[in-house]
Amino acid sequence: MSALAQPNAPRRAVELETVAMTKIFGSLVALEDVSIHVRPGTLHALLGENGAGKSTLVKCIMGFYQPTRGEVKIDGKPAVIATPRDAHAHGIGMVYQHFTLVPSLTAAENLVISRAHPPAVIDWKKEIKGLEAFLDTMPFKVPLTVPVSNLSAGEKQKLEILKQLYLDQRFLILDEPTSVLTPGEADEVLGLLRGMTEAGDLTILMISHKFREVSAYADDVTVLRRGRMIGGGKVGELSVADMSHMMIGDTKIRERAARKTFTDRPVVLEIAGLFAEDDGGIPAVKGVNLKIHGGEIVGIAGVSGNGQSTLIEVLSGQREPTEGQLFIDGADFQPVRQQMAKFKVFGLPEEPLKNAAVPRMTVAENIAFRTFDEPPIASRFGFMSPKPMRKQARDLIASYRVKTPSTEEPIENLSGGNVQRAILARELSGEVEVLIVANPCFGLDFASVSEIRSQIMDQRNRGAAVLLVSEDLDEILELADRVAVMSGGEIHYVRPIAEADRASVGMAMSGH
Amino acid sequence: MNETDIGAYGVPLAMLAGAIRVSTPFLFVSLGECLTEKSGRINLGLEGTLVFGAMSGYAISYLTGSPWLGVLAAGISGCFFGAIHGYICKLPKVNDIAIGIAMMLFGTGLAFFFGKPFIQPQAPHLPSISLGFWSDLPQVQSALSINPLFLVGIVLAVFMWWAFKNTRWGLIIRMTGDSAPAALAMGYSVDWVRFLATTVGGFFAGVGGAFLSLYYPGAWSEGLSSGQGLMAVALVIFARWNPLACFGAALLFGAAGALGPALQSVGITQGYYFFNAAPYLLTLFIMIASVSPKRSLKGAPGELSITK
Repeated sequence: MSALAQPNAPRRAVELETVAMTKIFGSLVALEDVSIHVRPGTLHALLGENGAGKSTLVKCIMGFYQPTRGEVKIDGKPAVIATPRDAHAHGIGMVYQHFTLVPSLTAAENLVISRAHPPAVIDWKKEIKGLEAFLDTMPFKVPLTVPVSNLSAGEKQKLEILKQLYLDQRFLILDEPTSVLTPGEADEVLGLLRGMTEAGDLTILMISHKFREVSAYADDVTVLRRGRMIGGGKVGELSVADMSHMMIGDTKIRERAARKTFTDRPVVLEIAGLFAEDDGGIPAVKGVNLKIHGGEIVGIAGVSGNGQSTLIEVLSGQREPTEGQLFIDGADFQPVRQQMAKFKVFGLPEEPLKNAAVPRMTVAENIAFRTFDEPPIASRFGFMSPKPMRKQARDLIASYRVKTPSTEEPIENLSGGNVQRAILARELSGEVEVLIVANPCFGLDFASVSEIRSQIMDQRNRGAAVLLVSEDLDEILELADRVAVMSGGEIHYVRPIAEADRASVGMAMSGH
Repeated sequence: MNETDIGAYGVPLAMLAGAIRVSTPFLFVSLGECLTEKSGRINLGLEGTLVFGAMSGYAISYLTGSPWLGVLAAGISGCFFGAIHGYICKLPKVNDIAIGIAMMLFGTGLAFFFGKPFIQPQAPHLPSISLGFWSDLPQVQSALSINPLFLVGIVLAVFMWWAFKNTRWGLIIRMTGDSAPAALAMGYSVDWVRFLATTVGGFFAGVGGAFLSLYYPGAWSEGLSSGQGLMAVALVIFARWNPLACFGAALLFGAAGALGPALQSVGITQGYYFFNAAPYLLTLFIMIASVSPKRSLKGAPGELSITK
């Protein structure tokens, strides 16, 4: 490595190396002999599936975990990092996937309070001046005196990065930094960061699963799988196929069901002039009109926070619309239990553990939510019999390959993918006329993603009208027959998939 | 008619006087609650703290002859109650609202137990400052005879409003109240900040109690507090966690509390008990008017168990 540490290496960017990093939790080996080398002034991508050990590795670097074996070298010298404070002292900062800004504080307040020793009484005139001078030296700008809760996701992400730079942290660990950004914003932020690394001001270790961004912006890449380092190297020397093969290995991926072609299918679900407000009483859905035909998947793309969750909540009966109507097969539809059963409306909301399950009830009970009040589970006098309920659960667990110790396990003990499968089993086991799906594959591994997308496609091929809301543009481009883009609570852009391209969808996502 | 009779004007004047007199305990308890809630915890036990503060303040004033020592003792006993609440809430899987209710019962019970011997004797009262010397009207003079604690309360409200924005501690408290993960990530102990905020909040509530027994109504009895400690919780929500608005809301509640006696003073005795219920009706009305099932409360600290 000494060959890489040039004598005139940029002063500010930090070099970091992990040597045979190993972390064992009880009987689980989360990380085994991982040695990565992040050259100063580069953008290094860390690729891997969920559970591959990426977070464990960065948490060891940041001092949240103590590695079982192995060490961290900073600028070539072994460093002791016992706490996140030690990491900060070495100039290592991390931008988390969930924001660590305080929503009710302004950007300026967030920055000042993040300092190690903020003054007891804050002289705002002086601080604002100092902050403005600091921002002048930075490639991105953020309004200083607005509460963070009023900033857009992109501005928050920029502020998170600015905060680390303000604290003079010159080795940044970014955890999926673009997951909440539009493609345009992602390109802007990554481009500017890349500029800073090239100028030698900064070294970046970026956790990602987006090959496009890795190919376009990273210098080097390291791929982890099941806690081991599988491969890596210069980005220019690796193809996307190489990287994805390293990432998923030889796992069998279920073949996607072929898309059946339909002609002249009737409109099944119609959303007419829908308005709704969010929790803050602010209009979040502003006059959405959409018609979805049988045997069609309409994908709604958009950056999170543009009204998609509110729309889904209205469609699944979690929220009252302020105006507008829903129709199914031309008949008025109220999203209540009886009508959902009558019109065969099913749904897979985002974060299923929170929105579609009762975490502490058993898998069998959760699977029975759609059927517990009907025979055979319910008897004539309204008593429930547990035997048919368990039998139904056992059958569905087997056919949807839900991994659970028993039908009586609280559903919250299952992994994310298995919760998703259990809910899918409940929702898709009967006949489905309308299916409403939101971010179905968020945080799942490749095999589960592929499985779930196939199930959605199967339902479409059987003639169901499917509304798919997703923050993952690739998912929409892969599954949808028509693409709609939601931005600022409105839908302006609706195109058949053949006419939709990434650039124009990206433009529409940012509201242009 | 003599010249000091001001007729129907007596009602608003009496309400103003009442507002100033009655609002002080509301003000102190709500400022204490505001501080605690800003740090992300609800202390429903302030009613108990208030009653215990009233008892201990009265007792110390009687025993030492100094009402100001009484106020200090009330504050310290309030600290003690706040600290118990703060400490218990630090333990895992403890619900702050349940502990608050327990502390409320504990505080009132303990106050009744220790307060028995002090029901009869007369303790020295807090002095008042006459700001009505410019007027010949005795009503105006009596309305503007103001207790120093009221002024301390105003200063405290303004100070807290300023400090939440302009001091390190203000920002730290708001941070722990709004996002505990963020505070932890910056290396602050959320439990410790909340413990301190609850303790200091208890001090304020205790002082509010001392005002009840040492100024108005001005004696220790078991029926002294009529739920001010609990109404202050509603008041903080109404004031949207803003100390300055707490002051305004306290005046409003004080005026509502003074409505019954004010009407009685001009001879309207019908519905006296009904008008006395005005603060409770106001609480109910405010809670209905200021919340909605469709949206969450604006300005509520994100960590409060009622907003989560």
